[in-house]
Amino acid sequence: MTALRSLGSLGDYYRVKLKTDLAIEMQYRGAMLIWLIGAVLEPLVFLAVWSAAAAAQGGAIDGLTSHDFAAYFIASLVVNQLTFSWVMWEFEHYIREGELAADLLRPIHPIHQDICENWAHKLLTMTVVIPAVILLSLVFEPAWHFEAWSLLAFLPALLFAFALRFLFDWTLALIAFWTTRTASANQLAQTVFLFFSGRLAPLSLFPPVLVTISFILPFRWMLAFPIELILGQLTPAQALWGMAIQLGWIAAILLLMRFVWRVAIRRFSAVGG
Amino acid sequence: MRDRIALVGTYMRLAVLNELQYRANFWGSLLEGFLGLAVALGSLAVIFGHTDNLAGWSAMELLALVGIYYIMSGYIQTFVQPSMERLLRDVHKGTLDFTLTKPEDAQLLVSVRAFAVWNLIYVLLGIAVVVFALARAGDAPSTGQIVAFVVTLLLGGVIVYSFWLMLATIAFWYIKIENILVIFQSMYEAGRWPVGIYPPVLRLMLTFLVPVAFAVTVPASALVGRVSGAALAGTLLAALGFFVAARLFWRRGVRAYAGASA
Repeated sequence: MTALRSLGSLGDYYRVKLKTDLAIEMQYRGAMLIWLIGAVLEPLVFLAVWSAAAAAQGGAIDGLTSHDFAAYFIASLVVNQLTFSWVMWEFEHYIREGELAADLLRPIHPIHQDICENWAHKLLTMTVVIPAVILLSLVFEPAWHFEAWSLLAFLPALLFAFALRFLFDWTLALIAFWTTRTASANQLAQTVFLFFSGRLAPLSLFPPVLVTISFILPFRWMLAFPIELILGQLTPAQALWGMAIQLGWIAAILLLMRFVWRVAIRRFSAVGG
Repeated sequence: MRDRIALVGTYMRLAVLNELQYRANFWGSLLEGFLGLAVALGSLAVIFGHTDNLAGWSAMELLALVGIYYIMSGYIQTFVQPSMERLLRDVHKGTLDFTLTKPEDAQLLVSVRAFAVWNLIYVLLGIAVVVFALARAGDAPSTGQIVAFVVTLLLGGVIVYSFWLMLATIAFWYIKIENILVIFQSMYEAGRWPVGIYPPVLRLMLTFLVPVAFAVTVPASALVGRVSGAALAGTLLAALGFFVAARLFWRRGVRAYAGASA
């Protein structure tokens, strides 16, 4: 009963916090637009590069034409936008400025407020991402091969991808308890992510060894898996397996996060607040 | 003129001494440099596993372009960006008054005040990559190619400086413009690849709106001997145009500056 009540009050918290965060995000509309230019430009650059490579090879690479690359990178833009977070870049500041000390006094885990901030940002940016996707589709004529079941399966896969990536980033952010050089750690994580998540290129184009590694690491399941699913490249069995692996990773990282968080809080001391 | 050079020297020495207090930054810059290089090399390796050229560029030619991109980024992050960020801060806080009241050209002063010496590591890394790529490519570039490369690289440096100064000058009217610098940075990333691979609209933007084409693609083309006389003349004209425009814009900006103490 108390569990149910606390779940209900968590729901209330999310409702109110999301509403305030949306209002806050609205204040930074200009900044948001500017950040989006970067978010759209990166997949656009990779699309241009692979289209040029396909053109140099007589129109297709491994059977992928520039229209297939367009579909891949437009899907990549959407999935990346919906799953990314920035907590690991802010955590150091958050500890140093004493905001964490105040948040620790609340009867709610600080991860919830980060989730709300993230969702508020996503909700608002979608109003720009969707027109951008339509525009890019008109210009680059992506070859979509949608299937009803994979579109449906895409939704939970996307949600799991977000949960996995968010938990991963949040655990990474906890490094800030031990060092002040978090930027280097984040950069390193971002580099590995770029290669093994499928952001740089469809993973099928990578050398076989790297493809195998990509299946072992968690990053493919944060980005490439939902993309391949919505592009209709997976069988139903592969889709189910993928989601099972996503859930396995979520459970593993959740355990790790709880452990690291407990150790971190024990060594954390703050003055005032 | 001699006074001015001595002045710039003094400012730079001060900036270096200041930066030497933060030695740990060196390791951060080094690590980031190598990570960025790993991304560049890795993506080239994956792409050239599937093709032997990209819009006419061979793998080693593109690697040389990556090296030039690094040299230019190192120059921006060492000399241009720190000074311009300092300028933005000064405009924001009103402390630019102290610079404007000095009996020396204010544009010169704001352009040499900060110097993030550790970022020179990117320039060195870039030079190493260019030399490696040329050695692997086999035939060495001719003297003419090297001269054209050095000249276009210097002109590219002038263009990038002028462009940053114009961006920073906007701050005299609109105080909060840090976000505009973010746009520049994300668009500059597109310069890792020759601008010829982009769709026409984007290519135009990368040439005139954010002059990455002049900063990276043109010097790289000059180095591999694929630049026309017209492109060289165009680069020279662009450098002159950008520099004069930045100068005029700066003058107007200073006039619009209200100051904090006044």
